[in-house]
Amino acid sequence: MGRLNEHPAIKKAIALVLSYVIVQMLISTNIISDYLQVTLATICINIILAVSLNLITGITGQFSLGHAGFMSIGAYMCALIVLRMPTIPGFLLGVFAGAAAAALVGCVVGLPTLRLRGDYLAIATLGMAEIIRVIFLNLEITNGAAGLSGIPKFVNWFWLFVFTAGTILVISNFIRSSHGRACISVREDEIAADAMGINTTKYKVMAFTFGAFCAGIAGALYATSFYFIEPGLFGFMKSIDVLVIVVLGGLGSISGSVLAAVLLAVISTLLQSFPEIRMVLYALLLIIIMLFRPQGLMGSKEISLNVFGKLGDLFASRKRRV
Amino acid sequence: MAILKIDKLSKSFGGLMAVSNVSMSLEPGELVGLIGPNGAGKTTVFNLLTGIYVPSSGTITLYRDGREIKLQGKKPHNICKNGIARTFQNIRLFRDLTVIDNVRIAMHKNVGYGFLSGIFHLPSYHKEEKMLTEKCMELLNIFKLDHKKDEYARNLPYGEQRHLEIARALATDPILLLLDEPAAGMNPAETSQLTELICWIREKFNLTILLIEHDMSLVMKICERIYVLDYGMAIAEGTPDEIRSDRRVIEAYLGEAANDA
Repeated sequence: MGRLNEHPAIKKAIALVLSYVIVQMLISTNIISDYLQVTLATICINIILAVSLNLITGITGQFSLGHAGFMSIGAYMCALIVLRMPTIPGFLLGVFAGAAAAALVGCVVGLPTLRLRGDYLAIATLGMAEIIRVIFLNLEITNGAAGLSGIPKFVNWFWLFVFTAGTILVISNFIRSSHGRACISVREDEIAADAMGINTTKYKVMAFTFGAFCAGIAGALYATSFYFIEPGLFGFMKSIDVLVIVVLGGLGSISGSVLAAVLLAVISTLLQSFPEIRMVLYALLLIIIMLFRPQGLMGSKEISLNVFGKLGDLFASRKRRV
Repeated sequence: MAILKIDKLSKSFGGLMAVSNVSMSLEPGELVGLIGPNGAGKTTVFNLLTGIYVPSSGTITLYRDGREIKLQGKKPHNICKNGIARTFQNIRLFRDLTVIDNVRIAMHKNVGYGFLSGIFHLPSYHKEEKMLTEKCMELLNIFKLDHKKDEYARNLPYGEQRHLEIARALATDPILLLLDEPAAGMNPAETSQLTELICWIREKFNLTILLIEHDMSLVMKICERIYVLDYGMAIAEGTPDEIRSDRRVIEAYLGEAANDA
């Protein structure tokens, strides 16, 4: 057993299966009610959005305000497919087609805009998301401002888990690969990275496309969780919401993004008992957190599974002493 | 047969000619110095050679494996892939990354696994990463940085940051190494240590080296040939002894110090 524990892949697998089973049990025993399941879906979708935006903004250092645009492409693509093919294969096709469409747009938009830096890039991506929104608002097939309704619901905890865990795993693997390190070097010092043989444009576009792909998945899950989508859901504020999660969790920290997505959902749910001052309290909390942790909850660090190992050791040594 | 030829290279920023009509040539295995007063255009020459600036006119040609490679107009990462590596005057390490990651990033162009292997950590990922780590450790060992591999680059003492920058440049597997003021901010003991190190890596890695330096003790000691720039123009070229006694150079730059030396 001890030796098994040392292998990181096995540790990871155990942690994943455990978290799946625990939540599944909570759902079966109705401790997580139908209402809380909606929150659960929101959390998972926000995690995917935040982790993928973190890849673009935190890891590669490209300030993007257009994440809701990519999300909407995934959502509409998936909704349109699922409305015609209301089956599980149709759902999976919808998710991947949505993600692929978002990635394609990400790549096409990224090539010219990623030449811009900092605030200029932010404005360009903001403009891109608005253009996408206006296109959906005016297309006939997307039913304009009225949006698409009656989208069959396919998303349950199983699919949420598969896609959320999948996104987290794939992105954290990417960061620890040579391609991921190339992205990080672009954030650290673009001139030096270029001089060390890193094709900076290629890796910026790669991160942008990859991030857009994952945002497309999040959008597809959104459409198939909540029955209804309209262009207004994917406005500027949605992009800001995602950015808030990323900054709050810590730029560059994947586990920070996950933590922040969960925390904000919990805060927002708890605050629902005070509807009048909900947004005021929410904003106040954000300000307080940013005042005391300007680098975000996790800074650029990651929670690793070793933390649990260390906690275990601590516990064991305490016991022995007793 | 030269390894690098610069022909009538010019660069103007608006009305200012930062570099005008500079021609140079480097022989394989040479250690050449590039000196000149502040603002003479030395770093601009480096930036032109590495593609950070595009020349206004003139050509830069690299001769490698019997091929002629025109470098003007190429992107920095392409020039690096062709075998020119550099360090920066004001150290440009990846400050918030570990020592080993700084070197690993520079080895990226030799990494054989693709995007999919990277995101799914397929067997080729593990194999290549292991080889990469071993190669990095070898290099860090040479610079006596191996015990600090997990330290953040920003936490290294100044001298070690300079060393790490040279190690990072070597990790790109260059044939020509450009050092921009490697001894800046070092005390005499560190400088003499660095002088030995530069000579040693030239032999070990079979390099041609072009270096910018203000510390004349270093330049006169190790450079076989020296080019002198002033106001963007090459005013002299020759061995250290010739440069020391060149009237124009003394006027422009060396002044009394050279006569004393």
